[in-house]
Amino acid sequence: MTATTPAAIGSAEVRRDRANALGPVRDALAIAGRNLIALRRVPRLLVFSTIQPVVFLLLFRYVFGGVVSTSLIGVPYVDYLLPGVFVQTSVFGAIGAAIGLGTDLQTGLLERFRSLPMARSAVLAGRTLADLARNVFVVALMVVIGFGVGFRIHTGPLPFLGGMLLVLLFAYSMSWVFATVGLLVGDPETAQAAAFPVMAPLVFASSVFVPVSSMPGWLQGFATHQPVSVTASAVRALTLGGPTASDVWQSLAWAAGIVAVFAPLAVWRYRRAV
Amino acid sequence: MRTDPAILVEGLTKRFGSVMALDGIDFTVPPGTVFGLLGPNGAGKTTAIRILTTILRPDAGRAEVLGIDVVRDPVAVRYRIGLAGQSAAVDANLTGQENLRLIGRLAQMPSREVRVRTAELLERFGLAAAADRPVRTYSGGMRRRLDVAAALVSRPPVLFLDEPTTGLDIQSRGELWQMIRELVAEGTTVLLTTQYLEEADRLSQRIAVVDHGRVIANDTPAALKAHLGSTVIELGMGDETRASRAQGLLSATLPARPERQAATIRLASQDGARVLIDVLRSLDDQGLTPATLAVREPSLDDVFLSLTGRRADDTVSADGHKPQGGAA
Repeated sequence: MTATTPAAIGSAEVRRDRANALGPVRDALAIAGRNLIALRRVPRLLVFSTIQPVVFLLLFRYVFGGVVSTSLIGVPYVDYLLPGVFVQTSVFGAIGAAIGLGTDLQTGLLERFRSLPMARSAVLAGRTLADLARNVFVVALMVVIGFGVGFRIHTGPLPFLGGMLLVLLFAYSMSWVFATVGLLVGDPETAQAAAFPVMAPLVFASSVFVPVSSMPGWLQGFATHQPVSVTASAVRALTLGGPTASDVWQSLAWAAGIVAVFAPLAVWRYRRAV
Repeated sequence: MRTDPAILVEGLTKRFGSVMALDGIDFTVPPGTVFGLLGPNGAGKTTAIRILTTILRPDAGRAEVLGIDVVRDPVAVRYRIGLAGQSAAVDANLTGQENLRLIGRLAQMPSREVRVRTAELLERFGLAAAADRPVRTYSGGMRRRLDVAAALVSRPPVLFLDEPTTGLDIQSRGELWQMIRELVAEGTTVLLTTQYLEEADRLSQRIAVVDHGRVIANDTPAALKAHLGSTVIELGMGDETRASRAQGLLSATLPARPERQAATIRLASQDGARVLIDVLRSLDDQGLTPATLAVREPSLDDVFLSLTGRRADDTVSADGHKPQGGAA
């Protein structure tokens, strides 16, 4: 120790003291900022994660939607569809966490982060925070497009806002699922491929596009109770009216449960991943 | 005044599944010096760096940086080290400046200091003009310089460079060597891994040759080369029979010990020019004219041949990518 300059040791000590107070929050924000810069600078990331839900929206609004009879759902199909599309968008968007972390792992950036005196939680907290910010933008965009294609709220602005918050909360929980996937596979291409089988049953075997009652009996059990359907139902109740409590509570429970399971899993993978 | 080593490694062991990545290595690095870990891909160099930079935990053994145990107080170690090379990276979507500032903030430096230090490093590494361009537009050499700059933002007293020049052209390599020398002149301790004997030789005060997770030699470059010979002469004899005859002949007439591999004779010596004349004269006397002749500096292969009697088994990818699976 005697051979090292006192200045160097001093500066390390000073920095360590400084890190104690708000260190983890600052680190997470620094990482989130970094991920958002990437999003701004590589607009295709945002464009591609937005185009897909828009295409689905237009496809179902104008091509397939005609076969869903209004008598089955009780409201115009577009009003049924949009709450589902908001949820679907958030699930598609969450795949970005898998691809982003896969990239960071492959390039070696995560190794550099792990050699820095930053909070261990920052990479994942920052990643999911950036995803949340991105989702605010994407969901707002879908709302605008939704109104453009004829979507109308039957309740009021407050329940609608509550519904959007529910969508963002659910999206946040899904970021942790896909963060885990990205850390498990370790490269962006595999992450994208691996995310699909996780995403597909949640989005398609759900009430997002068509009512569960139109599905075969063996599928209805899963399709009714899985988190995407539950959240879509909750958002529908909040925008179309009807009893809300049960679906909203179930959706909140799913989001909390998913974070409770996948946040520790992702952290565990992060600690082991090199 | 007692000088503790800047880096101390004792009986360090790490296993990945059935692969023994580190099989009990030992070395110490005095402060203010460059220590070279020389070996082929898969020898365990990167694993050693990952343990010393607190990225990986060892299975057994001890590793200390500036007297701080990397397992017991990894955070204190992280405040005092910089890491660059194949096991660290920069974000291709951020600009050079944004990358350095991010690293500075994550190293818990006050933001004003981060700004000053970032500007200083961009200038010093010839990246000031490219500071506001996304890194994905950088050349390989620029990227590597930024990578090393990122390791220096917090002015770490101990620097780890994991194959810093792999994949660089000769000019960029020379520039990076110069920067490393300047850092050491300022008192930084450097642990460098490389597959190039020349690089280890030019930069290091001491070299440890690593093979299959073990240190098989630990010496000064001069001593290693004395053992090895400063010049290698390679003679292609056309076929194995002639090569075998030439080997017999040269063994009998020269002090050096010629080695044969198929139709090629390899000979290391301290006095290349003198030996070359003797070799050609002896061969010519017997009517054994070599088909090809090469005189070159010794390589990692020659070190291995001389130390272990076999070549460095190279599972080496020339592009310098880290092998997947983490056993490197």
